[in-house]
Amino acid sequence: MKPTITGQPLARIDGHAKVTGAARYSAEVQISGVAYGVLVTSACARGRILAIETNDAEREPGVLAVITPKNALRLPDTKVPENDRVVQVLQDDRIVYSNQPVALVVAETLEGAMHAALLVKVHEEKEPATVRLDDEIKNAFEPEPQSASGKKSADQVRGDPARGLREAAMRIDETYQTPYETHNPLEPHATTAVWNGPDRLTVYDATQGVFGVRKKLAKMFALPTGNVRVLTKFVGGGFGCKGTPWSHVILAALAAKQVGRPVKLVLTRPQMFGMVGGRPLTRQRLSVGANKQGKLTALRHESVSTTSRFDDFLEPAASVSRHSYACENMATSHRLVRLDIATPTYMRAPGEATGGFALESAIDELAHALKMDPLALRLASYAETDPTEDKPFSSKSLRKCYAEGARRFGWAWNKRSPARADGMLVGVGMATSSYPAYFSKAEALARMLPDGTALVTSGAVDLGGGTYTVMSQVAADAIGLPMDRVRFDLGDSEMPEAPRSGGSQTAASCASAVLLAGRALRDKLVRMAVADAGSPLLGARPDEVLIENGRMTANGRTDSFADVVKRAGGAPVEERARAGPDEARKKWSLHSFGAQFVEVLVDPDLGHVRVKRLVGVFAGGRILNARLARSQLMGGMVWGIGMALHEETVYDEKIGRIMTRDLADYHVPAHADVQVIEPYFIEEEDVHVDPAGVKGIGEIGITGTAAAIANAVFNATGKRVRSLPITPDKLL
Amino acid sequence: MRLELRINGSVRSLEVEPLKRLLDVLREDLILTGTKEGCGEGECGACAVLLDGQLVNSCLVAVCQAAGASVVTIEGLSSSALTPLQRSFVECGGAQCGICTPGMIVAGQCFLDSGAAATDEAVREAIAGNLCRCTGYTKIVESIQHAARETR
Ligand code: FES
Ligand code: FES
Repeated sequence: MKPTITGQPLARIDGHAKVTGAARYSAEVQISGVAYGVLVTSACARGRILAIETNDAEREPGVLAVITPKNALRLPDTKVPENDRVVQVLQDDRIVYSNQPVALVVAETLEGAMHAALLVKVHEEKEPATVRLDDEIKNAFEPEPQSASGKKSADQVRGDPARGLREAAMRIDETYQTPYETHNPLEPHATTAVWNGPDRLTVYDATQGVFGVRKKLAKMFALPTGNVRVLTKFVGGGFGCKGTPWSHVILAALAAKQVGRPVKLVLTRPQMFGMVGGRPLTRQRLSVGANKQGKLTALRHESVSTTSRFDDFLEPAASVSRHSYACENMATSHRLVRLDIATPTYMRAPGEATGGFALESAIDELAHALKMDPLALRLASYAETDPTEDKPFSSKSLRKCYAEGARRFGWAWNKRSPARADGMLVGVGMATSSYPAYFSKAEALARMLPDGTALVTSGAVDLGGGTYTVMSQVAADAIGLPMDRVRFDLGDSEMPEAPRSGGSQTAASCASAVLLAGRALRDKLVRMAVADAGSPLLGARPDEVLIENGRMTANGRTDSFADVVKRAGGAPVEERARAGPDEARKKWSLHSFGAQFVEVLVDPDLGHVRVKRLVGVFAGGRILNARLARSQLMGGMVWGIGMALHEETVYDEKIGRIMTRDLADYHVPAHADVQVIEPYFIEEEDVHVDPAGVKGIGEIGITGTAAAIANAVFNATGKRVRSLPITPDKLL
Repeated sequence: MRLELRINGSVRSLEVEPLKRLLDVLREDLILTGTKEGCGEGECGACAVLLDGQLVNSCLVAVCQAAGASVVTIEGLSSSALTPLQRSFVECGGAQCGICTPGMIVAGQCFLDSGAAATDEAVREAIAGNLCRCTGYTKIVESIQHAARETR
């Protein structure tokens, strides 16, 4: 096979811009005449705004407006598009969660707006509210399918789980809990809105998807979609919270309209707790039975998760149990509980991260009860086909991941032997990782310019995973050019439409579209050459033309892309293509899989846990760029460490307010928390998943990690922690 | 108030509020947007700059405290070619989304300039004040160690 550019571990092409500080993020776009917006937020979790004193703020020099529900421009439409998050945009006096926007100060300067915001006094009328799951669990309800991931139904049953449990030689019936978490990308949410006339809007937004932002703004301001343009060239991380446009995006546009100036609105770090979503709390009951050989006889996974009073977000935690193990008798269910909190949202590996913790902990508990190697137990119920959908997997290399992970890690199971080293308790654990392979409609445009370079565009965004780089690689191969003669651009709603960067689908969707557009352009150029009287290739058969480095060769004669374009008049030659899932794809169950192995050290006196070594082996289809993929998997695995040991959004349950509202109180992993992280791949060739053969690797790294760590902590200490994070108090 | 700052080698005279954050002067007044804001509270290191050679979080520095001082930002580290440390970040994959990167590089450069041995411990200590939500840190530590080997 010809060596390709795709798959090569190239350094990221946006690296230069990022290491010099030249890369401009959404808050850094320079717009002349821009004014600054700063939000004021609610204190109470539920109630009404009685009055807002704005006089002091308004008197400050440079303040252009203090926008409150009283004087805010009325939006023509307050409904959000389907499957989008409900927002609070100063249209009424209701307070539906703490830290909700209640006023917006707009001023000439940032410090002016910050100062004036402190002078705004909000009088609230509090109503009874609760953020405690136990207060409302009696009202748990079955969510609508559309709020469930992938529009799947909330419940699913196969066989007879009750009987499977009765007949089991060993049973585990335990409840696991995962806490509220907050994404905390390092770049705060930022929106700059510019009206170019009364009905034309341009927005620079820190978002994971420009088309979703465009749709929501167009709807709420009753504008034709084409009148709204959204741009995002660099995003400083997203992880889900920048997946749907939140209140501040609409408010920036509203304020810009109201004051008649472009407005830049950047959230403060404390404002990112609540207003822009977070992972909901889950409580999951696992009832698992197995026979003496460790083969599962029943698997029941019931999950309850929290949502707001006014919107449904379902964390599909039990879904992972539908695809993981061969088992005749299975039941999964999801219920929602409404609390006086802001609406949660997708956070890195929604469902799989939380559900995987419960499932993979329960499997470990079962293995321990059976005195079995937990890896052997997993192999005893290895799913050769999807156990719920009765479909074959498009590809599944989990067995190889287990074997390779065990070998790399040096996995040797000897029941439970609490080991000590340097006064520390040492433990090992493992767990399975998995994440669905999503593929959505995407379009790309490939254009050959007269200088023989190509410009390929698709309106995806690059959250840091490397979209700029890998799409350039794919495009170069598809067209037949070296990397340095291809430019890939993204992040603009005027470009061909691409899905939002979430659910690990950008590489699969966008690369497929780029591949098809690139090939179409190449074929078109060949067709033009062989039909062109001025071409040395005139009369050649298109299928005998070989292409390399922008040159076409047949029968010893050559022509170049550049010359074809020039002879045709010099206007760029272009082709557009669309990729998307077809009927044939539905025949397959499509997932990435992996296995993680971990060694932990636990301080017996302080209860402090350290991850000494974390080895993960993942099979995610074709890897477009191993250097970037490894880096992303490492990041995911470290998120798993954070989830296992540190991260928790803590509410003051009396007042319904988040207490951990900055990076000092909300612990994201720091250097000291990370020792040896080793991600590896098993390459897969999967012709069913999508044209690019990619399953996506943005999320799988975090799945299974927390369970592997909890299992290792149990191995070290004999203590089973079923509620994350595993903080020292839970071990002492 | 009018004050003078030496920024990336050139003297700038500015009319500013004395308590304005140095971070905002850099980003909003001087359009040196390479310095980032991650938290505004001294917790993340995204806003790190060198103030008379000392590593500081510019979100915690009032501009009047920097009067007469020399400030070096990410834009001032390299002229036309990348520094060895910047090259290492590109090569070793020390940057993903890139928001923490300028602060990491400024902190890393400060460490390299100190001449200390680039052991794992020492490098981690040097960037203990910098958070990254994307890379998981390993590649950042590697980038700094790689640059240390290249330059010494
Ligand atoms: S912005 Fe200054 S330390 Fe985070
Ligand atoms: S690369 Fe995104 S925060 Fe470090």
